[in-house]
Amino acid sequence: MSGPERLHVDDLLDDQDTGVVVCCGSGGVGKTTSAAALALRAAERGRQTVVLTIDPARRLAQALGLRELGNHPKRVRIAGWEPKGELWAMMLDMRRTFDDMVQAHAGPERAEQLLANPFYQTISTSFSGTQEYMAMEKLGQLVATGEWDLIIVDTPPSRSALDFLDAPQRLSAALDSRLLRMLSAPARASGRGIRKLVGTGFNLFAKAISTILGGQLLADASVFMQAFDSMFGGFRERATKTAELLRSPGTRFLVVASPEPDALREAGYFVDRLDGERMPLAGLVVNRTHPVLARKLTASRALAVAENIQNPQRDGDASVAGAVLRLHADRVEQSAREQRLLARFTRAHPVVAIAEVPALARDVHDLDGLREVGEHLCHP
Amino acid sequence: MTTPVPGSSVGWTEEIGRARLHVVSGKGGTGKTTVAAALGLALARGGRRVLLAEVEGRQGIAQIFDTEPLPYAEKRIASAPDGGELHAVHVDAEAALLDFLDMFYNLGFAGRTLRRMGAIEFATTLAPGLRDVLFTGKLMECVRRVDSHGRPAFDAVVLDAPPTGRVVKFLDVTKALSDLAKTGPIRGHADKVVKLVHSQDTVVHLVTLLEEMPVRETLDAVAELDGADLRPGAVIVNRVRPPRLPAPAIATAASGQVDAARMRDELTAAGLELDEMTLDGLVTETMEHAVRMQAEHTAREQLAEADLPALELPELTGGVDTGALYELADLLTEQGAR
Repeated sequence: MSGPERLHVDDLLDDQDTGVVVCCGSGGVGKTTSAAALALRAAERGRQTVVLTIDPARRLAQALGLRELGNHPKRVRIAGWEPKGELWAMMLDMRRTFDDMVQAHAGPERAEQLLANPFYQTISTSFSGTQEYMAMEKLGQLVATGEWDLIIVDTPPSRSALDFLDAPQRLSAALDSRLLRMLSAPARASGRGIRKLVGTGFNLFAKAISTILGGQLLADASVFMQAFDSMFGGFRERATKTAELLRSPGTRFLVVASPEPDALREAGYFVDRLDGERMPLAGLVVNRTHPVLARKLTASRALAVAENIQNPQRDGDASVAGAVLRLHADRVEQSAREQRLLARFTRAHPVVAIAEVPALARDVHDLDGLREVGEHLCHP
Repeated sequence: MTTPVPGSSVGWTEEIGRARLHVVSGKGGTGKTTVAAALGLALARGGRRVLLAEVEGRQGIAQIFDTEPLPYAEKRIASAPDGGELHAVHVDAEAALLDFLDMFYNLGFAGRTLRRMGAIEFATTLAPGLRDVLFTGKLMECVRRVDSHGRPAFDAVVLDAPPTGRVVKFLDVTKALSDLAKTGPIRGHADKVVKLVHSQDTVVHLVTLLEEMPVRETLDAVAELDGADLRPGAVIVNRVRPPRLPAPAIATAASGQVDAARMRDELTAAGLELDEMTLDGLVTETMEHAVRMQAEHTAREQLAEADLPALELPELTGGVDTGALYELADLLTEQGAR
């Protein structure tokens, strides 16, 4: 039986051609921690690194010196820590990224008009894909500065790992939509042609939609679209640029999962999708595995011996030998299950290289913890 | 098997038992779909009819019951012990919007044309709150529906809800509505939803693990629910591992003081000769276990701050299949869920 190929993370980080590493995966699998650990290691190995985090746990953010949303990278400086390269970190502020994007591309007057538009306020804060979109926008900006030779990106916590690939397209499609033009500018000639095509169904629908959404929202949307359209040549074009960036040779994807069926299933979808989109996959990181340390002792033998151990009290404290054997048996069983799940993943995706990171006994929220994760990632 | 959360003695209150809509939320990765499914089975026990609902998920319910993807129409998915029935439904925004429009406008087959044009996706994109209003509206309809004898069609509806970070926004229809029309049919529709989710008929259960981040999110969610005048139900602690070490040994082992020589003596006496490497492995495994036990203890103490009824479910090392769901459902019943 041939196992999966090992993912050589150090090679990935040391490769000067690697310019962007995107960490993706479903929620709750430790993406942010992985991204931060990789960035720390890359900085220690001499690279000018920036890590773009989306929603880090408070203590991890503090460890990186990110006390508030800055929306611009800050150098991570810690007394006594002198990496060969540099580590910068930032937390995404999606609203500010959107505002900055508008201000950078519109004249001051037009920008002001756009920022005050109620429709803009809705999509810049509550559209379900805005966070994903802005993460990619920010990535584009960081790449454009040329200040860092390695950018590590965490992706937004979403139900599904694929959301972040689809959101920019979805948002741009919605905003570029002919339907929006038709609904927002009903008198326009181009609208009439389609209307005839669809017939009365559309009229009913238009009526229903404006009843539900309100005429004002559609009017705001129309004003927004006109201002936006002339400025950027449409959202679609920007989304296309983002997709190009993700396809460019220096970008590598790391899919992150935990050894659970759901997370690995999502990882599988993502791997297939990247393949279909011709986006370069570096490999799969499996966080929080439970490798057996006392490998020569089987679970059944441990349990059989545990049955024979009495619990004598000696010097006032209880014997732990029986407990130790039982917890070892638990661990063997858990590890076997994890390896079965991973083997199943590898059968479906044989070419995907894998790195396992064992569960650390304590939560990771400081430099030492991140360094330990990095060690495990690179040296099993 | 289960250790109660300190400070909370009741696993399931009568108040929760009276609720009709059980919203199950939790941080990503805590197993909330599994818990929702087990709760559905537990509540259906004894001849009751329960509906298990998911909104725009990845068909998690179908996967867990090992069945084909769920349609928008409700279907019977499992039998509960003692004659109960569990039904399931997958609510998607498109079908719900067409459903809704049908109530007020006779769209007929034009609906299909609109679907082809992406009109539905478009409408729900324009007004993000609309999606949530449609979902909760459909759930309300299921809760309120009565059969020809005027009895409720379902004794309870269990929702596999969005994760803790989004659940309040999802349920807080009032807020979503401020972006939408102030009058008209959807207003009346939504007003009824608001009434249901803020009533005693609705409780929000929070699934967590005994780990720092999920516990923190749970506590944040409780505060957020309170702030939005929504009722937190029970905290369901999932994947609890059995404590193997006796309590006095935990602190010692966690601080790295495992007496390897004594362990070797005891194992040898029991007939188990181990080489140096295996013994070292056992010592490290024991230390790691002890540190985790300590972290779990802290997590339990923090959870107690929420002062909510708490239930515990064990880690299933064999994974969760349909059989295991019944096992979990039984455990919920034993802890009072009904």
